[in-house]
Amino acid sequence: MSDSSLIAASSANAARRGSAVSRRILIGLGWLVFAFFLLLPLVVVIGQGLSNGLGGFFAAILEPDALSALKLTVFAVLISVPLNVVFGVAAAWCVSKYSFRGKAILVTLIDLPFSVSPVIAGLIYVLMFGARGVFGPWLQDHDIQIVFALPGIVLATIFVTVPFVARELIPLMQEQGTQEEEAARLLGANGWQMFWHVTVPNIKWGLIYGVVLCTARAMGEFGAVSVVSGHIRGVTNTLPLHVEILYNEYNHVAAFAVASLLLILALFILLLKQWSEARISRLRKNAAEE
Amino acid sequence: MSRRISPVIPGFGLTLGYTLVYLSLIVLIPLAVMFIHASQLSAVQFWNIVTAPRVLAALKLSFGTAFCAAIINGIIGTLLAWVLVRYTFPGRKIIDAMIDLPFALPTAVAGIALTALYAPNGFIGQFAADLGIKIAYTPFGITLALTFVTLPFVVRTVQPVLADIPREVEEAAACLGAKPLQVFRYILAPALLPAWLTGFALAFARGVGEYGSVIFIAGNMPMKTEILPLLIMVKLDQYDYTGATAIGVMMLLVSFVLLLLINLLQRRIETPN
Repeated sequence: MSDSSLIAASSANAARRGSAVSRRILIGLGWLVFAFFLLLPLVVVIGQGLSNGLGGFFAAILEPDALSALKLTVFAVLISVPLNVVFGVAAAWCVSKYSFRGKAILVTLIDLPFSVSPVIAGLIYVLMFGARGVFGPWLQDHDIQIVFALPGIVLATIFVTVPFVARELIPLMQEQGTQEEEAARLLGANGWQMFWHVTVPNIKWGLIYGVVLCTARAMGEFGAVSVVSGHIRGVTNTLPLHVEILYNEYNHVAAFAVASLLLILALFILLLKQWSEARISRLRKNAAEE
Repeated sequence: MSRRISPVIPGFGLTLGYTLVYLSLIVLIPLAVMFIHASQLSAVQFWNIVTAPRVLAALKLSFGTAFCAAIINGIIGTLLAWVLVRYTFPGRKIIDAMIDLPFALPTAVAGIALTALYAPNGFIGQFAADLGIKIAYTPFGITLALTFVTLPFVVRTVQPVLADIPREVEEAAACLGAKPLQVFRYILAPALLPAWLTGFALAFARGVGEYGSVIFIAGNMPMKTEILPLLIMVKLDQYDYTGATAIGVMMLLVSFVLLLLINLLQRRIETPN
């Protein structure tokens, strides 16, 4: 450690000692907020889910309706996340690598789904594809069902998760600039070679981070999916909707058991997020040292 | 459209084209359809729908509770950001990682968990009930649910800005005789305010539209604890598409105006004088 950093550290320590009391109070308050707002709900979900023992817990999760809800949730995630990854990369590419008029508007439009209520996200697809919607008669003539069926659920899930990947990639790619890509091009790489061998390795962790956030939201979306699902048990029920049905039937233990499953997935997602975040900050640090 | 294309990096047309087509198909055209659907109403009809007493009550409730939740988050979010950035203590990393739980947890799960805690027979609700306070099934419960769901916004916007303010600045102010509150008022608050407002606006916008976590704890009594998104849902269940659309459009417009105001306020703060 250099002298200057030693001095800085010791003066920081002095300041810390000076405000030792307020420091303790603030940390205590921080812990209190954490325990009260974040830990307690978590404990309640698991506790209630297990209140009939492990047998009841697994019975609720392995019941056919729950399994078909799980299948539908996985299905919606597997379609919406890759589509939004391709969109996110394309959008981040044109926003970060070129300058053009109207860019600020484009970025605002990409973020738009975040400020639209999920219920409105469902509503707009009902107005488009519902029986009395714009395309309703045509769809009926051709015997295609979008709303109150799988495609509607997938569409609503895509809508609410549109911005996630693009949002993570845009600042990252702006920071990285275009030098490495230009070098690759000048050395003779074609467009796709440049993309796969230069860009993708550079944005890999940002991409993973975006995918993690996107997956979390796609898996848990409730309002938008609720509008377009029609709540047909075992057919158009995702896991969060299944939780709602069980809860409203006063089957609380089963509701909390299925909720525990979602909670465990959420904690796993947090872990992945932490991990990709750590990798990104390590990359940034390395880049700064170079 | 004038554009400066980097001469050697390909893909401008492809990526911009794809972005615009995808956004149009998924987001813009469906939203436009809603506005077109609403435009079939005359101004008077629209006004009558959105000023019906039940709609106005829901409007006040949704925006009021979202505002309160955003304010509460402004306070505890700043506190958490401060503690996480400025102090090292046991458990700091766990708290830091868990801050994002409300974003990762499906809102329906948050909804039933909070209801189980704050219902009159719940773990916390029963003590409150003994004191004669009802939490779940009141606007207070709704505010609580919104506070939970939007908790990460203020923390995550304030945290990086706070980390960038060198501690020396505060120390210098303290050496020159500033009291802790003065340091906060004159040094920290001005630097943090733009980020704080961003977090506040994000939390507020999310709170107004939030559905999943609220409907379980709200009780959903018309005129009393019925939020705007739920009212849209009710109208849809009654096949009143026009009513649902009018409320949806009104909700988007009001949120848009409020976010615009917050944005203007932010610009005013960021540009000196």
